[in-house]
Amino acid sequence: MARYLLTRAWQSALTLLLSTIVVFFGVRALPGDPALALAGEDRSPEALEAIRRHYGLDQPLPLQFAQYVERMAQGDFGVSIRTGTPVSSMLTTALPVTVELSVLAILIATALGVGAGVLAAVRRGRPAEWLANALALIGLSVPHFWLGLLAILYLSVATGLFPASGFVPFLEDPVDNLHHIVLPAVILGTGLAAIIMRQTRSAMLDSLSSDYVRTAKAKGLRPRAVITQHALRNSLIVVVTVVGLQLGGLISGAVVTEQIFGLPGFGKMTIDAVFQRDYPVIQAVVLLTATAYIVINFLVDLLYSVIDPRIRVTGDPA
Amino acid sequence: MTTVERAGAAAAVDTPVLEIRDLSVSFPTETGTVSAVDGVSLDLASGEIVGMVGESGCGKSVTAMSIAGLLPASARITGSVRLDGTELVGTRESVLRRVRGKEIAYIFQEPMTSLNPVLTVGRQIGEVLQVHERMTRRAARARAVELLTLVGIPSAAQRVDTYPHQLSGGMRQRVMIAMAVACGPKVLVADEPTTALDVTVQAGILQVLRDLRDRLGTSILIITHDLGVIADIADRVVVMYAGRVVERAPVNDLFAHPYHRYTAGLLSASPTPGRHAGTDRLQEIPGLVPVLSTQPDACTFADRCPAADAGCRDSAPPLEVARAGGTDHLAACWHPCPSPRSQIEEVNR
Repeated sequence: MARYLLTRAWQSALTLLLSTIVVFFGVRALPGDPALALAGEDRSPEALEAIRRHYGLDQPLPLQFAQYVERMAQGDFGVSIRTGTPVSSMLTTALPVTVELSVLAILIATALGVGAGVLAAVRRGRPAEWLANALALIGLSVPHFWLGLLAILYLSVATGLFPASGFVPFLEDPVDNLHHIVLPAVILGTGLAAIIMRQTRSAMLDSLSSDYVRTAKAKGLRPRAVITQHALRNSLIVVVTVVGLQLGGLISGAVVTEQIFGLPGFGKMTIDAVFQRDYPVIQAVVLLTATAYIVINFLVDLLYSVIDPRIRVTGDPA
Repeated sequence: MTTVERAGAAAAVDTPVLEIRDLSVSFPTETGTVSAVDGVSLDLASGEIVGMVGESGCGKSVTAMSIAGLLPASARITGSVRLDGTELVGTRESVLRRVRGKEIAYIFQEPMTSLNPVLTVGRQIGEVLQVHERMTRRAARARAVELLTLVGIPSAAQRVDTYPHQLSGGMRQRVMIAMAVACGPKVLVADEPTTALDVTVQAGILQVLRDLRDRLGTSILIITHDLGVIADIADRVVVMYAGRVVERAPVNDLFAHPYHRYTAGLLSASPTPGRHAGTDRLQEIPGLVPVLSTQPDACTFADRCPAADAGCRDSAPPLEVARAGGTDHLAACWHPCPSPRSQIEEVNR
């Protein structure tokens, strides 16, 4: 186990370094100049030069990178070129919104997807399966930004059931917070729910026809116990894998969803930063996303061995 | 097809625990109905071990599964299965659930796939006790340790918390047996319990089954295509072919004087020390078990039988007493193998 953790930590560090390099040079390779964006009306060469010097943009790229990594190692994400506020303080306000939105979306998607998937497998060839399949198809094929717009139109503007936009921090007013975030979370979760549903359904069909389910029936267990304790437990590994794999999609989905519902999260911050060539913010956001990805994939791997005792965590390459 | 029931004072020990009468099973498929079992009748006395043999696809497992209603809902089942006089065919699921695992328990062929890979063996044994005996999880676990000891698993207290993949094939099958006998069932149905195991392990498993019969008085229906297993453990044998019972006899009778041509074929297709003495080739039975959509009024073995004639294809032979003297030896054959006595008579003539 210790060896496994060590290998894993080493791999993670390498991944982070690589993503840092890619992002650092990637954003600088994009056309556009932050100095131009900042200069506003006064576009004299002297003014641009002063701005570049102020942010260290006049230095050679390798030197800039070295300085960046050095500051990063000290936990200093730099200062936003656009607003002048420290990136770390921007993150502390934006991060909780995105984390809450994503976690809620995963929870909703898992509950809906697993529920519908089990139902579709158990009621195979009956109306419940057709309904579940149809909903999954809709969830997969309708883009969620459009679903989001429809939801705002019918559930917020027309009926006033949910606020159309805005955000209230959880600690300020938990009820109002959930009221604001439930609709975006459901919209963000639809695609994931559909994927989870399909995977759960096929995994359940497999386990329901397995020998150990026959054994469970032969023991005289109730259908509910056969389904949940025997068939579903063996299908969960698929659900965990799917959630882990779809995380990237979820994060990019969160960016769009936040934009539609006007949530002051990561997504809005990223889009603004990209448009303004706000290098420090983009770098911080990407690095944080990469870290989240690595951490969650690590948790997924650990979950595997909890769900399926046959999978052992070792340092040996698979 | 008429069935002449077992007669004679010698066989009438007491009322059988399990009575199967004229059981037929068919499955609707995309290409039409498939008849899997046709008019099978069989008794299982208390503490008796009955072996059921036949090639793959001759209806052994379907018969076994239909006893406790474990076939898929699409199966059409007619006839009667009585456990201590209670009818099981067509009974409500909730009633069958109380029978399964408690009165009639199963052991399946492949202990690796038949045990749930993500639950400890203790949990899987305990589950039966929790459902049928209303035991708490803790009590069930303690009983599981006793059961594991009973089926000959060493250091059961540690093994109870292991997962199936951590045990060997033989140990897993012992776990299956422990699970099956947890509630002291009247009937144990063992469907190819030793097929996936090597020979030494097989002997151990058969010994466990024999012990359980002796200690708990469980009746066992053991299904196999291995005549060696039958010879080792069974009191009586039922030979099935294409969904029908073609021969039924006490084990020694069957091996000494097979009456049905199919039984004779099976015997000469299995290596027996002395019989072939290393020189003879094993005789195979040409052809395959037919898949039947309807049961014909003919001997279904006729196409593969060396002694078949036109009469065999015209009407189905009844299952009747095979020869004078042995009233518990029944066979369904128009041209049975000559019995030793008639051979002797022929020689004397």
